[in-house]
Amino acid sequence: MSHVKAVSAWEAGILRAALLDALRKLDPRLMARNPVMFVVEVGSVLTTLLWLRDLLLRPVASEPLWFTGQVSLWLWFTVLFANFAEALAEGRGKAQAAALRGLRAETVARRLVDGREQPTPASGLRKGDLVVVEAGQVVPGDGEVVEGIASVDESAVTGESAPVIRESGGDRSAVTGGTKVLSDRVVVRIGVDPGQSFLDRMIGLVEGAKRQKTPNEIALHVLLSGMTIIFLIACVTLVPFGLYSGLSFTVTAVVALLVCLIPTTIGGLLSAIGIAGMDRLIRHNVIPMSGRAVEAAGDVDTILLDKTGTITLGNRMASEFLPAPGAKVEELADAAQLASLADETPEGRSIVVLAKERHGLRGRELKRPEAHFVAFSAQTRMSGCDIDGRVIRKGAADAIAAHVSRLGGRVPVLVEQAVKAVAQSGGTPLVVSDGPRVLGVVHLKDIVKGGLKERFAKFRAMGLRTVMITGDNPLTAASIAAEAGVDDFMAEATPEMKLRLIREEQAKGKLVAMTGDGTNDAPALAQADVAIAMNSGTQAAREAGNMVDLDSNPTKLLEVVEVGKQLLMTRGCLTTFSIANDVAKYFAILPALFMAVFPEIAPLNVMGLASPRSAILSAVVFNALVIVALIPLALRGVRYRPLGAAALLRRSLLVYGLGGVVVPFVGIKAVDVVLAAVGLV
Amino acid sequence: MTPNGWIQILLFCAAVLAVTVPLGAFMYRVLEGHEHFLKKPLGWLERLVYRLGGVTGAEQSWQAYSVALLAFSALTMLVTYALQRLQHLLPWNPQKLGAVEAASAFNTAASFTTNTNWQGYAGEASLSYLSQMAGLAWHNFISAAAGIAVAVALARGLTRKGEGRGPGTIGNFWVDLTRATVYVLLPLCLVLGLVFVSQGVIQNLTPYVQAQTLEGGQQLIAMGPVASQEVIKQLGTNGGGFMNANAAHPFENPNALTNFLSMLLIFAIPAGLTYTFGKMAGDVRHGWALFGAMAFLFLAGVSVAYWAEAGGSPTIVDRLGVQAGLGNMEGKEVRFGIASSALYATVTTDASCGAVNSMHDSFTALGGLVPLFDIQLGEVVFGGVGAGLYGMLVMAILSVFIAGLMVGRTPEYLGKKIETREVKLAMLYVLIFPLVILVFSAWSVVVPYGLSSLNNAGPHGLSEILYAFTSAVGNNGSAFAGIGANTAWYNTALGLAMLMGRFWMIVPALAIAGILAGKKASPPGPGTLPTSGPLFAALLVGVIVIVGALTFFPVLSLGPIVEHFLALAGKVY
Repeated sequence: MSHVKAVSAWEAGILRAALLDALRKLDPRLMARNPVMFVVEVGSVLTTLLWLRDLLLRPVASEPLWFTGQVSLWLWFTVLFANFAEALAEGRGKAQAAALRGLRAETVARRLVDGREQPTPASGLRKGDLVVVEAGQVVPGDGEVVEGIASVDESAVTGESAPVIRESGGDRSAVTGGTKVLSDRVVVRIGVDPGQSFLDRMIGLVEGAKRQKTPNEIALHVLLSGMTIIFLIACVTLVPFGLYSGLSFTVTAVVALLVCLIPTTIGGLLSAIGIAGMDRLIRHNVIPMSGRAVEAAGDVDTILLDKTGTITLGNRMASEFLPAPGAKVEELADAAQLASLADETPEGRSIVVLAKERHGLRGRELKRPEAHFVAFSAQTRMSGCDIDGRVIRKGAADAIAAHVSRLGGRVPVLVEQAVKAVAQSGGTPLVVSDGPRVLGVVHLKDIVKGGLKERFAKFRAMGLRTVMITGDNPLTAASIAAEAGVDDFMAEATPEMKLRLIREEQAKGKLVAMTGDGTNDAPALAQADVAIAMNSGTQAAREAGNMVDLDSNPTKLLEVVEVGKQLLMTRGCLTTFSIANDVAKYFAILPALFMAVFPEIAPLNVMGLASPRSAILSAVVFNALVIVALIPLALRGVRYRPLGAAALLRRSLLVYGLGGVVVPFVGIKAVDVVLAAVGLV
Repeated sequence: MTPNGWIQILLFCAAVLAVTVPLGAFMYRVLEGHEHFLKKPLGWLERLVYRLGGVTGAEQSWQAYSVALLAFSALTMLVTYALQRLQHLLPWNPQKLGAVEAASAFNTAASFTTNTNWQGYAGEASLSYLSQMAGLAWHNFISAAAGIAVAVALARGLTRKGEGRGPGTIGNFWVDLTRATVYVLLPLCLVLGLVFVSQGVIQNLTPYVQAQTLEGGQQLIAMGPVASQEVIKQLGTNGGGFMNANAAHPFENPNALTNFLSMLLIFAIPAGLTYTFGKMAGDVRHGWALFGAMAFLFLAGVSVAYWAEAGGSPTIVDRLGVQAGLGNMEGKEVRFGIASSALYATVTTDASCGAVNSMHDSFTALGGLVPLFDIQLGEVVFGGVGAGLYGMLVMAILSVFIAGLMVGRTPEYLGKKIETREVKLAMLYVLIFPLVILVFSAWSVVVPYGLSSLNNAGPHGLSEILYAFTSAVGNNGSAFAGIGANTAWYNTALGLAMLMGRFWMIVPALAIAGILAGKKASPPGPGTLPTSGPLFAALLVGVIVIVGALTFFPVLSLGPIVEHFLALAGKVY
């Protein structure tokens, strides 16, 4: 990872910028987006005005200047801390965006007009324009290769330094603006209008400029606003209730009570949590096209995984030589190696390697003129070589059977059985023959990626179902599914079946996630709730998906789901914590408010706070400081453990619910002790 | 506290538990239109109602359901208002009682329409038999049936499998209203009314009896058709007594058996509905989780109330050194004693019944805090008939929203996603409750017309006013008493508070029902928040207590809580 890399939130530059931003965000028009903190700001203004009034006019019956002043100061801090958290989360994105923007350096494109090249600034290119890009030049905009083949350095966008091949037609035709062509010449059809390019969108997203509140975030805002109104009513009506009881509360005290009760902790950190969640995905090199997609990732019930490339390594590997009766295993290995020497496919190479490792057969120099290699063709479905008068072939069982019978041989029963056994175990059998004689079977096996079984088990514990999609026959599919530990599989799958499966799952009320790269994946990607398109995929796939994985690593889906869950959990845990905090704040402030007329209520001052004013101030200070203390947690997210929902809930309730009740008792008392020691109260 | 007292309380719990399943299962069959054993004998009555009312029984959207309910309530309220204003011209008025004064008639009409049954008047002194029976008694049935209807509509919204295309239908108001009345309320009242008569509850239409007391004085003893009202008063969690003394009056509640039966009747339908909901959700254990949360809150309340009352007044016991003896017997009937009075007070305020067999005003500060706080929890501890369930379901939606996030999923309740609109409506529901209570109470404690009829000063006076509005908005109807509520201000303000507490909360609940009815439900899995079992019940209890406590703790600390500390210091009001 190079450009889209983790930028630490705690770098001095970002901290400084965030502090300035925090001040800028005091603009009431911006604050009104967050009702909870807006109330705090109004409270700050109110107490500041009161303090100024007292300073200038010195009225008789009021709180002392030092008290109003300090309360007002800490209320401002509360607002600033919340703004700072948001600015800090945005700061990381901004630093990343600046790096990305560097890529957008103005280039001159070679636009094709009626077959002739015409230099055009890259920013003037529109959808449908054709441009020529040659080795050493930068691709001027997102699009699709329509002519030629080239190697492209995409490290600017993906961070992956190895060049990739882009060619016209097929699934590897998409190119991204800002990447560099290393060899050859291609013609690219531009796919987007100015300002809409992938790079533009990415910059917009990481910067948070066009950030809209996500659905769940809005719902949570509604809940928090509702609670704020409830506390507003409770605090405002307390004034007449106090009057009845012979108590006249000062505005400063009521504002302090209100600010302590409304959920400022979560209210202040909510947007930082959302931005940080996006940021975490980006650090995994996944670009979400909307915040909605990140939330949906947490809700995924079913994950569709392509077998090839996701569950298994891309290719099958030779794993065993099964000689026919009467043939020696060395003989079989030797023939198989000879038949594969010119076979450049990964399967072919794996046979050569296996023969070498198991039986010490070195790759031989085969540039001899008498050796004649036969390449695989769709008609014969065999490959091999003719050497020293021997006709050596390897291929599918039925193809070899036809071949040897033409030469007067036949396939022994035991070999047929071996073929069946290999197929049943999920492998691919290749039969090797030398002239009319069948030497035996090579077992080609799908190699399941390491560590997947454990990951799928984790997902099962989280309640996610994994479904493997493969074009293989059901037998093969079942065997690989069992080995990989997926919950279900779909064999002989076509794109239509994939789409149908997604619709069926969704009809059952489930959310489906999948990855895809090909154009034929596009309908399914568009249908899936969380669709991660591989950056190496086609433009169609990238437009259908709601996230793009720059590393083109299909297993990334698992991280994406974790990030989504983590985001929601962080919100839930901090909300619970915030609400639970109120219990202690009541015990701090209410006795302090009532003590003047009802000294008998002293036992309710369970924390033994020094004085009524110290109690109120301590609660306000604690309330502000807790926001700062939780900024790292909000940015990092609470730790996610792959447990069942019940276990997770029990844990979170214990830590954030019960902890939320206990912590402020300790915290407020500590602040009180410090304030008294320093002589501020 | 005595073993005898605890045995009474535990026996009561066992009885509630015993009726929950049969009654719940029966109501499930009735309300969802399945076969049941009363369909044959009483089916004609249901069909007759439909024919007379032109009811087709077609499924309604939440808007249509709300309009039907509101129109029906408005009309019946108007009829009750008119009956009271015109009772001097109408028959069955042997005492020749005059027309009820306008504000009082409004208050009473609102009170009975909203299932509150707050009584600003003394029944036997101001209402004719016709007003009692035709004006009030039928409200006891239909307001309860309307509550059941709303609960079952919300339950349908939560449990129906929607298509994911806009709001769905939630049943038919007229059908729900009729079925609840014909099959559930009426038969139970007929049977149990006779049981009450057998125990000495009076049932007649004769004029009041002039009696000569032992001292030679004259006493006018009120008569009337009491037994027929008594059962529905409890079963429908109405609580409006025929007599001013309510269930403390020997003609309404003569002995321990009627007292026990009364309490059981109060909890029967609210408890049964949790099981009904479990059946509708296809997850009986979820119904039990709701029941468990309610039962826990109830037991906590009754324990505190019993402990506080049995301990007696702290001022007398601690400062004057007088032994507690029986406990605080002031305002309690000797035939019921401490345990049954504390139990009755908790039951009647947990469920929004409001019938009383003792004077809550005379409870100790903490003992009186329990009934007050019970109502302030939002009438969800079993709660009013129907109202308890829909209130609890709204609390469950909020609990699920907060807790659901903690398991890393967009919150869902019974497989339905809880999104912005539901949260908005649920917050509106929980917001209206404290808003109306606190604003009206705060208003009353600073204006002369609010304080002029107050009999007690200090924190106790505050509790009395707070209790009145809490009871009105919670549609409970019990009174702390101690204020003369039959004034223009209180009749009007409390009447409005009752209407707001009922209908401003029902409409958001029905809206939630409609929106959720249209939503697809995703099947539960190990990754979804478990909604059955003790963990969920504990969560629900936590949310209910925290929401209730955080909202009302400030004013409660100026009322009963400070009163308790003052009593400890020897100051009484």
